[in-house]
Amino acid sequence: MSNLDFDVIWRNLPYLWEGLRLSFMLAGLAILGGMVLGAILAVLRMSPVKPVAWAAAAYVNFFRSVPLILVIFWFYFMVPLVLGRATGPFVSALVAFTLFETAYYCEIIRAGVQSIPKGQVAAGLASGMSRFQALRHIVMPQALLYMTPILLSQSFILFQDTSLVYVVTLRDFMTSASTVANQELKLVELYIFAAAVYFVVCFTGSRLAGKVGGRFRK
Amino acid sequence: MIEIREVSKSYGAVQVLKSCSLSIGVGEVVVVCGPSGSGKSTLLKCVNGLETFDGGEIVVGGLRVADAAELRRLRTQIGMVFQSLELYPHLTALDNICLAPRVVLGRTRAEAEARAHSLLARVGLTGHEAKFPSQLSGGQQQRVAIARSLAMDPVVMLFDEPTSALDPAMIKEVLDVMSDLARDGMTMIVVTHEMGFARRVANRIVYMEEGEIVEVRKPEDFFLAPQSEKARVFLSKILDH
Repeated sequence: MSNLDFDVIWRNLPYLWEGLRLSFMLAGLAILGGMVLGAILAVLRMSPVKPVAWAAAAYVNFFRSVPLILVIFWFYFMVPLVLGRATGPFVSALVAFTLFETAYYCEIIRAGVQSIPKGQVAAGLASGMSRFQALRHIVMPQALLYMTPILLSQSFILFQDTSLVYVVTLRDFMTSASTVANQELKLVELYIFAAAVYFVVCFTGSRLAGKVGGRFRK
Repeated sequence: MIEIREVSKSYGAVQVLKSCSLSIGVGEVVVVCGPSGSGKSTLLKCVNGLETFDGGEIVVGGLRVADAAELRRLRTQIGMVFQSLELYPHLTALDNICLAPRVVLGRTRAEAEARAHSLLARVGLTGHEAKFPSQLSGGQQQRVAIARSLAMDPVVMLFDEPTSALDPAMIKEVLDVMSDLARDGMTMIVVTHEMGFARRVANRIVYMEEGEIVEVRKPEDFFLAPQSEKARVFLSKILDH
């Protein structure tokens, strides 16, 4: 171990930081978009109008049955075709991640909402509440409590998965570390460092998520 | 007060309500009994529109249940207590009672809480305001649920087997609250197997079987000499065990 040279990391820190920023940006935007679209899709999935519910279910089942790396590839070619102009790999990767994660967020939100006994909604309706009021005051406060830790852990998985964008030539954190490792011939140092960064981000993140969840539960 | 006219309902080929008619006056207490699956709960839930029906008409206080535009206003005037309690577990006893008055009637927190305190006193639960449902016994939860319904100042109360999910030791405290309510002149429809309560409190007994109202009698007549063979068999089963 004595001949390991961790100084290489200091020398390349600005370059690595740029990669990490791209990973954060991609994950952050995809989490935001995925949650918003996931919530909308969950509402559609629970719709009493059968064809709507089926279409939403088909979406979820499709995206949960294909590998993410394929989806990334696919949108890399699809998005410019659909938009009719070149968009660059970041936009197509963002679209891919967002649409892919929407399926997962949808299922988490649906499970959360459906974990609340229907009788409570009936009690709300019986007292003259509208469906929206019952959802807002009875279902959502409880469902959020149940969903928050699962939504957060799914988000950390998404962050880790951003390392797949190397296939569309995007320079995320993992790709940056790889590049430096190969150029400087310091593979061991860089991969240890990369692992440490992912670990620190996800571990501290999930600890924070646990704290947030704990506070909700009181 | 409540007019149920020839109400029918089917699930596919199964007819769960067969042309049920019943008229209930102000301040009257009607107990609905019958074997499980006889349509008692379904009929009760039709009264506040939690269940839809295919034929017939229900009018409560001049408002038609089938009229979608009137349904929410109607529901604010009809309290309902469920077998499965259905308190909101994320809210304290006090907040359970205050939620609908604030959200639906637009009362201020102070108004709603003042009323909630007096209702909790009425059901014998002063001092339990800050407890969550999980910290209360089944009987206490059901009394909070009754107080929650009363907070809307209903003119009719519906009880759907309010004591069926409770330990025997807790049944009395709930029935006592219901008896008090009846004495104060509340119009009530109660689906229950508590025949002692029915005998003491009900003005009339409705006996249902297979979606049909078989008998509507005064309690003394019903218990002494049921007219139908079905009711006789039912009574012998539940009274002699």
